[in-house]
Amino acid sequence: MSEGKPKIALYWCASCGGCEEAVVDLAEDLLKIAEKVDIVFWPVAIDAKKEDLEKLRDGEILVSFINGAIRLSEHEEMVKLLRRKSKLIVAYGSCSYMGGILSLANLYPREEILRYVAMEAPTVENPGETMFKEKTMINGVELELPRFLEKARPLDEIVEVDYYIPGCPPTPQVTLKAIETLLSGNLPPRGSVIGASDKSLCNECPLNSTKPEKLLVKKYKRLTHAEIDPEKCLLAQGIPCLGPVTRGGCNALCIKAGMPCTGCFGPLDGVVDYGGKAVSYLASILDVPPEKDAVLKALEGLPDPVGYLYKYSLAKSLLFRKRAER
Amino acid sequence: MDEAKTDGFKPNIVAIVCNWCTYIAADTAGVARMKYSPYVRIVRVMCSGRVDPQMVLWAFRHGADGVLICGCHPGDCHYKEGNYKAYRRYILLKRMVKQMGIDERRLRLEWISAGEAPRVKEVFNSFAEEIRSLGPLKLPVEAGSHE
Amino acid sequence: MVDEPRIGVYVCHCGRNIAGVVNVAEVAEYASKLPGVVVARDYMFMCSQGGQQLIQDDIRKYRLNRIVVASCSPNLHEKTFRRAAKGAGLNPYNVHMANIREQVAWVTEDPEEATEKAKALVRGAVERVKHHEPLEEKKVPVKDKVLIVGAGIAGISAALVCANAGKTVYLVEKEPSIGGMMARFDKTFPTLDCASCILTPKMNEVASHPNIKLLTYSEVVDVEGYVGNFKVKIRKKPRYIKEDLCIGCGDCVEACVFKNPRFYPKPDEWSLGLKRRKPIYIPFPQAVPRVAVIDPEACVYLKYGKCAQTCVKACSRNAIDFTQKEEIIDVEVGAIILATGYKTLDLRKLPQYGYGKYPNVYSAPEVEVLLNASGPTGGEVVLRDGRKPESIAIIHCVGSRDEKYKKYCSRICCMAALKLAHLLHERTGAEIYEFYIDMRAFGKGYEEFYRRVAGEGVHLIRGKVSEITDAALTPEEEGKLIVRVEDTLAGAIRRIPVDMVVLMPALEPAVGSRELAKLFGVSVDENSWFMERHPKLAPVASLTDGVFLAGCAQGPKDIPDSVMQAEGAAGQALALIDKGYVELEPNIAYVDEEKCSGCRICVGLCPFGAIEFDEERGKARIVEALCKGCGTCAASCPSAAIQQNLFKDQQVMAEIKGVLAAMRGG
Repeated sequence: MSEGKPKIALYWCASCGGCEEAVVDLAEDLLKIAEKVDIVFWPVAIDAKKEDLEKLRDGEILVSFINGAIRLSEHEEMVKLLRRKSKLIVAYGSCSYMGGILSLANLYPREEILRYVAMEAPTVENPGETMFKEKTMINGVELELPRFLEKARPLDEIVEVDYYIPGCPPTPQVTLKAIETLLSGNLPPRGSVIGASDKSLCNECPLNSTKPEKLLVKKYKRLTHAEIDPEKCLLAQGIPCLGPVTRGGCNALCIKAGMPCTGCFGPLDGVVDYGGKAVSYLASILDVPPEKDAVLKALEGLPDPVGYLYKYSLAKSLLFRKRAER
Repeated sequence: MDEAKTDGFKPNIVAIVCNWCTYIAADTAGVARMKYSPYVRIVRVMCSGRVDPQMVLWAFRHGADGVLICGCHPGDCHYKEGNYKAYRRYILLKRMVKQMGIDERRLRLEWISAGEAPRVKEVFNSFAEEIRSLGPLKLPVEAGSHE
Repeated sequence: MVDEPRIGVYVCHCGRNIAGVVNVAEVAEYASKLPGVVVARDYMFMCSQGGQQLIQDDIRKYRLNRIVVASCSPNLHEKTFRRAAKGAGLNPYNVHMANIREQVAWVTEDPEEATEKAKALVRGAVERVKHHEPLEEKKVPVKDKVLIVGAGIAGISAALVCANAGKTVYLVEKEPSIGGMMARFDKTFPTLDCASCILTPKMNEVASHPNIKLLTYSEVVDVEGYVGNFKVKIRKKPRYIKEDLCIGCGDCVEACVFKNPRFYPKPDEWSLGLKRRKPIYIPFPQAVPRVAVIDPEACVYLKYGKCAQTCVKACSRNAIDFTQKEEIIDVEVGAIILATGYKTLDLRKLPQYGYGKYPNVYSAPEVEVLLNASGPTGGEVVLRDGRKPESIAIIHCVGSRDEKYKKYCSRICCMAALKLAHLLHERTGAEIYEFYIDMRAFGKGYEEFYRRVAGEGVHLIRGKVSEITDAALTPEEEGKLIVRVEDTLAGAIRRIPVDMVVLMPALEPAVGSRELAKLFGVSVDENSWFMERHPKLAPVASLTDGVFLAGCAQGPKDIPDSVMQAEGAAGQALALIDKGYVELEPNIAYVDEEKCSGCRICVGLCPFGAIEFDEERGKARIVEALCKGCGTCAASCPSAAIQQNLFKDQQVMAEIKGVLAAMRGG
């Protein structure tokens, strides 16, 4: 390890591992980055322990990239440590940025989730109704499990976050662009989303030009129930595509694969609540009479508004996030 | 609803109202000295079509126990059809907040024309009473579970 | 926030109006402690010269850059305080009002609750005004023409004032002739002067006035634009007569193939169906324009394509033109006056009075036509069977002042009933019985008129008639209509047999006024009358800038009041036009191009087509002149790139947060 190269760390909290994959997906570019930096901590890939981290001076790490939501006491402990040791903390990926898919679990109380997982899930057989325990004595040794917290939290509700890289997971392109920004020394204002676009997905979507002059929708359809023309704007065809309300920068990968945008890059600056804004435009462009039944019928293709409109951002919604102001 | 929860409870209610109908009707209700619940606070917009669902969520977030949206009757919108857009958003938003654990009765939309001052009193009172009986809103961020 | 806010808060006592309920000193004290507030005061009358001066002095002394006035509705005094701020060099849009009179003091019983609510509204205004920023008023030139809808006495009066001031007036009337309801009257109260003697000259003046473009048999079908610049589409129905050739001689009417009056195809509109008319007709002798009209639903040729066309042969001027089509006329005007009048309540809705069941029960307008020298009987009052009535009952308040029908007083009926009493007695010598609840004689000369008619031997019976029946109980009731009433002065139930009953029906807004209200964007009150901006201070303006109200369209009125309001409306229209320009409220929406993602959600949502999409640059653009400032696009923009001036996201949300913060004891 040469002293001159900036040190970086990577860490995962409650995540699926996709963000780690995304880093690996940088392929040769990862090697180029590795030439410029020292990766001092990356549990997935290199053998470094918490103790190694503790040995570093405070602020010795230039950037720590943290993915995953905060759901266990262990996550809390580790990110606080990383915060101390790092100049910059970057929330990497949607879970770390906005709570992500797993923050949809915040709709349910902690105990209900634990009960379900331990006893009620169809794949579980637990006649003795054994429940998770944080402390267990085995052969006279006390074993400790991290505590399952009340809610899944985005990283910035636990420690201060300097920058956000969105995506589920962030694409290699977004990651590279963000790293370039961070290494350039010309840093954007603290709290910015980096690596992505400052316009919505429509701005870069190849289908944007196929929109009709007046974009109105008679009825929303579920992708699985609809026959769609992949060459035409999906929203115009009644597929509730979240491209208009979602930050671009992904190069419209899902759209190119015939899928609507599901919102993993989160909202643009100036939007206060992603789901609220999504409700606003999706409902506004409905071209049905203002009668309850007609509107409900047109919305049949959106059976789970929270799951669909806050798929990645429930923990960051106005009603769920810790701080009312951003 | 248990007594302890609602006894002496003064609900916080925001009414986001259209300038051309309900706002005028509320002025007329004032001129006619109609007395109604003091817990409804009016916030004026030019049209119910201006009501962004974000505003409703914002109100809940900042302490509203109930949010009322008031606009012109269907067909009477000063801007042709802003109220229709308000209505469509309202239906979807209502479903969404319900899923988020908020009793959907805490969000209400009513049409009140400029000439319907007595309806201002009626609607405000009935909404205030409904919210009073529901008790203070516990936000999902504070609450462990559904309301 | 644009700059560091330095806010002045002014809490108005409004005499005792606010201060009698709200603890204004406490509200001011509360406001003074809010962040950003430099000075907070309470004052007796903020709208007074002294109150405005106070604001202006403070702006200079404390370098205030935001003003909150907590007083009455902004609909009353927003302009006043904006002007005051402007006078002290502050941008007028850095002023915001908290409505603590109409929304607090006047509607809240408990003084403590009222004070708390007032604080909340003040807090909302303070938080909001922090996000205000200077805005430019847009000055737009005004078209110097006036549209007047409805050509009864109100519309005619307004038209003449505007035309005499040199303005072009488009006077639109849906009937084939102007004149309205007044043209049916024989005499007018309280002077009993001849209605047509005073109306006909005015009608003729309209017809010949070089500045008045008379569009009869026409209706407004579309209105676009805004104060000073309305674009109006008018549909002129075909008369099948060339107006410029017809001289109103009536030869065609005479010559029409229909000869027997009993088989004329249509009830005559002007006579309210008391006689029938031919397919080709002149509405009434004094009609203006005095031009024949052909009813396509009745004309044999227009219906079946075959007729002897005796009318065509009779017309020496070749004025008949069966090929005429409806015409759409586009006009651009700066001001609009709505004078669409009233209709009378459908008396079949009150079956207890037997209208439509007993032929000798008449509505007051029918009797007006009967009395009219141009009417079906030449002014002679005879019943449908040709008899001359020997006793007549006139019933007031039919559907007026009645919870079940119209709660309001129709205002004209008492005097009109007295007038009819006088005229009917004069023409028939009959005994007249008048049944009233209260005799309302409020106008100039009205009380005197009441005394005069009362002195003529009319039987005035105070009581609400319960029923008109033909079920006779005694021989003298046989063949008569019996009025059943509780005489509240005599304290007795009475049955009064008469030959003829005249009902004074409630007035209600003219047919189609709801649709018209939508078309012109004016509000209506609970009874569907067009709503004035303020019952006392702006009784002629509607709530829509540039649209004024005249006559019964705004509420029941007699002729003097209708003419007064019409001339007032004309004055308002002229004041607007002669100023030459209007300042538009800058509450329009705009696109922040930096933020616009080009998603086009907004484009289809604008009801006025004010949003264009610039394909080349991939940005939406708002056409300022077309934007009416509803804010629908701002609410829907998924990039938060569209904002609405005076109703920006931050402004509205700050206000919401503010009113709630105060409630939470903040």
